[in-house]
Amino acid sequence: MKPRLSLLAAVGIISASSLAYEILLMRLFSIIQWHHFAYMMISLALLGYGISGVLLALNRDRLAQHFPAAIMTNMLLFSLFAPACFLLAQQVPFNSAEILWAPRQLLFLFGIYLMLTLPFFFAANVVGLSLYRYRNQVASIYAADLFGAGLGSAGVILLLFAVFPEQLLTVLMLSGIAATLLVSIDSFDRSKYGIIASVIIGLTIIFTPTGWVTLKVSPYKSLNQLLQVPGTKIIDRYSSPLGLISVVKSETTPLRHAPGLSLNATTEPPEQLAVFIDADNISAITRYNGKPETLGYLDQTTSALPYHLKQLTDILILGAGTGSDILQANYHAIKRIDAVELNPQIIELMQIKYADFAGHLYSKPNVNLHIDEARGYLATTRKTYDLINISLLDAFGASASGLYSMAENYLYTEQAIQEYLRHVSPDGYLSISRWIKIPPRDEPKLLATVINALKDAGVRQPGQQIIMIRGWQTSTLIVKNGVISAEEISRLKQFCNQRSFDLVYYPGIAESEVNRFNIQQQPYLYEAAVALLGDQSRAFIDAYKFNIEAATDDKPYLFHFFKWRTLPEILSLFGTGGSFLLESGYLLLIAALVQAILASLLLIALPLRLWKSKLGIEPGSGNHLSMLVYFFSLGLAFLFIEIGFIQKFILILHHPLYAITVILSTFLLSAGVGSHYSTKLSHSTEKSAFMLPMAAIALLSIAYSLGFESIADFLLKMESWGRYLFSIILIAPLGFFMGMPFPMALAKISQTTPALIPWAWGINGCASVISAILATLIAMQFGFTVLIFLAVILYGVAAWCFPKIVATAGF
Amino acid sequence: MKRVKHLIFWLVVIGIILLLFSSHVIAEDSFRQQRHALVDIIKAEVVTTRDYLNQEALDEPVLDALRKVPRHEFVRDAERPYAYQNRPLSIGHGQTISQPYIVAIMTDLLKLKKTDRVLEVGTGSGYQAAILAELVDSVYTLEIIEPLAKQAAENLKRTGYDTVHTRTGDGYYGWEEAAPFDGIIVTAVASHIPPPLIKQLKPGGRMIIPVGAQFMTQYLVLVTKDAHEKITTRQILPVSFVPLTGKH
Repeated sequence: MKPRLSLLAAVGIISASSLAYEILLMRLFSIIQWHHFAYMMISLALLGYGISGVLLALNRDRLAQHFPAAIMTNMLLFSLFAPACFLLAQQVPFNSAEILWAPRQLLFLFGIYLMLTLPFFFAANVVGLSLYRYRNQVASIYAADLFGAGLGSAGVILLLFAVFPEQLLTVLMLSGIAATLLVSIDSFDRSKYGIIASVIIGLTIIFTPTGWVTLKVSPYKSLNQLLQVPGTKIIDRYSSPLGLISVVKSETTPLRHAPGLSLNATTEPPEQLAVFIDADNISAITRYNGKPETLGYLDQTTSALPYHLKQLTDILILGAGTGSDILQANYHAIKRIDAVELNPQIIELMQIKYADFAGHLYSKPNVNLHIDEARGYLATTRKTYDLINISLLDAFGASASGLYSMAENYLYTEQAIQEYLRHVSPDGYLSISRWIKIPPRDEPKLLATVINALKDAGVRQPGQQIIMIRGWQTSTLIVKNGVISAEEISRLKQFCNQRSFDLVYYPGIAESEVNRFNIQQQPYLYEAAVALLGDQSRAFIDAYKFNIEAATDDKPYLFHFFKWRTLPEILSLFGTGGSFLLESGYLLLIAALVQAILASLLLIALPLRLWKSKLGIEPGSGNHLSMLVYFFSLGLAFLFIEIGFIQKFILILHHPLYAITVILSTFLLSAGVGSHYSTKLSHSTEKSAFMLPMAAIALLSIAYSLGFESIADFLLKMESWGRYLFSIILIAPLGFFMGMPFPMALAKISQTTPALIPWAWGINGCASVISAILATLIAMQFGFTVLIFLAVILYGVAAWCFPKIVATAGF
Repeated sequence: MKRVKHLIFWLVVIGIILLLFSSHVIAEDSFRQQRHALVDIIKAEVVTTRDYLNQEALDEPVLDALRKVPRHEFVRDAERPYAYQNRPLSIGHGQTISQPYIVAIMTDLLKLKKTDRVLEVGTGSGYQAAILAELVDSVYTLEIIEPLAKQAAENLKRTGYDTVHTRTGDGYYGWEEAAPFDGIIVTAVASHIPPPLIKQLKPGGRMIIPVGAQFMTQYLVLVTKDAHEKITTRQILPVSFVPLTGKH
């Protein structure tokens, strides 16, 4: 029996909604909480897929008897629970900052997991049950599932441009209802359909959340901290997949945002408006009346140093944001300023809505604006600059879009530094300012990255080209495209003396010159710079208590500082409040992985032991173990390749959000086509036909990985549309073949032991949860190339298991 | 038999009444014991952190102040059972009362004398102000969040620290009329140290600022102004995490 088109469409809609819900939850929790916790909650909620598999496996026939009604019920439950579970979850008083102090927070966290699992459970039931019901046509159902997911991933990003994330909950609810109505058209006669449809529509009207959905942002996020100040209010909100922007006006107590200000400063900033992204990451729009003298405070920060070293004419500001770096350049009367900013809504704020307030800063004749990602802009221009400036920019990595949150960051890698330096004119500067951390972590890691980049570029004495200074709050690292002169050193000293900033490093520095104004226990950064520039840099990096290994494009994790051997020491310091030393992002990933593995064991191994025959496994048959390995390997490998290539292609497409959206949906859509086409191969009697997709995946993955530099060189010369087009052309065949192994094996199983289809679905679900988390951990440790090769090995394992599954099918 | 029962009944009733009336005293006594135990914990922690603090132990008057000030009176009822745990607690309005260990260190780093004049920016619950009031004669404290300021003033009054000068308002410009100060504690720092506060510090004075988010103090900044009005800062890690590249 063939599934009707309406059913396939409904399955597609539910899969689309489920994937959209996942991305949306990441967005919503990044706003109300912090993104690393969001990542953990949501990855674990996806265990709903695994739970569904087990439940279906144990009750498959009972549910299949009530087929259309059973999936319609699940569709309706998805519709209802998708918004309801989020609204309930945000009422839980979970405070991640308190988790190490108060054990009850763990209970809250667990409660949130459970709530968020439900919608995914219902969505998984729809697909799993359909796979079982139409077991002779699994490829069509799976194709509908993948197609839906592909459209859902692109659709949700488009919708996030149009509406606020909380409003999207309603859209998802309605799409679930639409899916239910679609199924009911073909499942009931006309009169019954009328009744059912009107009941559903009636309920929808009553329960659809509209005006009453408000986000409950944690009181400890910086937006809510500022809103505690009397006279402050949010005057504007803008939303896009890049983040939720809130503009805050302070009517009674002025906002004074001037991070890194020298202790000797006597001036305060002019009137300012605060701008928050995702209720955090404060920046300010400063009132500018065209008189540079009102901006004196900006000359009292460490980032002002390059302007004092020599006269600059042409500069580039990366991550221009709300414009404080441009104001700083204006204060120094720079003739030509190129400014790059990724988020068009920030630009809109500056150019239109608050243009008068900001003194039409972005429209000034000396300012040339580019809406682009930093490296994307540099890849398309041959211009060189006297100064490239990156100030306190904790870039948007892909995490901002909420897809994969362990903050990959391509702004601070060896390759990025080399790219910047190629665009610095002879004797010009690259200047990077960062927040001070104690004990230092990002600064030594950035230093290590810069030094490696210089060495790779053939610089024999990197130490001759580096300057570093610090205040109590910020540090600035300058890399010169040339040897630093005595004149520059004398200007540097004058600059620091006037502002009580400390010298960290310049060629020829003496230890007696450091750590004078902002005294640290030891001159950490000076020691780090000297060690990293010396012969013993390897030993220093190994001995350092945090991971300060240089970041590369293959391991773009500047903020990954965790070292296992330091963990026991930090744990022993909890009593004194040492928990801040814990690099919790990485540990949370580990915690998520452990939880996912334990839950998967519970979901896969326990039923296998307790209800073997109920699952449909024949006594004495060892087949199911091959099946387990096969589907588990596929589940792991699919996401490994997907995540590995998304990251690789970000380097070509640059814009993290668009890159992820395009590559992800290409993968899913082409996999959908592959799944549909797989029936042709499944019917083949040639054993080799089954090996074809695996071989193709391995070949393509290895070819792309090994030849990635040539591909990148070729594509980077193209216009933007060409890069996107060719990326799609490269990814589509890979996705096409990746869509095949799962339905092909299911098709075989349906001929021998169809009862095991839901179980296989559950295994795949559990493996996917583990895979997403494990992929990030592997990438952090070994890089994306290794991740892709591991996936190829996993496909090899699956290929090895395949004949054993097929054996009983008579081949 | 009836009389005996009667007697037992009344004895029980009287016992319950006595218990009710004395429970307050018992609770206070228990809180006092907990407070002393907490100070012992803090003392032990300081020993492990001495390299960073450049001292073997905290000054005895600071420890006495911690033994005296009833922290449970400065937290919300729901948090009272945790009042003497060495941890930060929520006080509502997105604000927290610092970990007692951090309060102890910050207070100690100010090196106060009885006759000193101290300004606190960010009163919060009023606990830190009460500790300061145990040590010096003049304490001035400012809080911008009105309900907190009101609650803190009540807390201070109820616990007998009515000599503390409280005010609701912006702390950026300090307390001009009462300036200059020997010590300043800024518990709610914005993006930078306000220049007017540095101005209101006496030559030889000290200012202490905890840096980090709520529930998580990352380090302390000690600002000192020497006799020639030269400003230096010291960044102090409150835990013994040294050395960075050494053995464990």
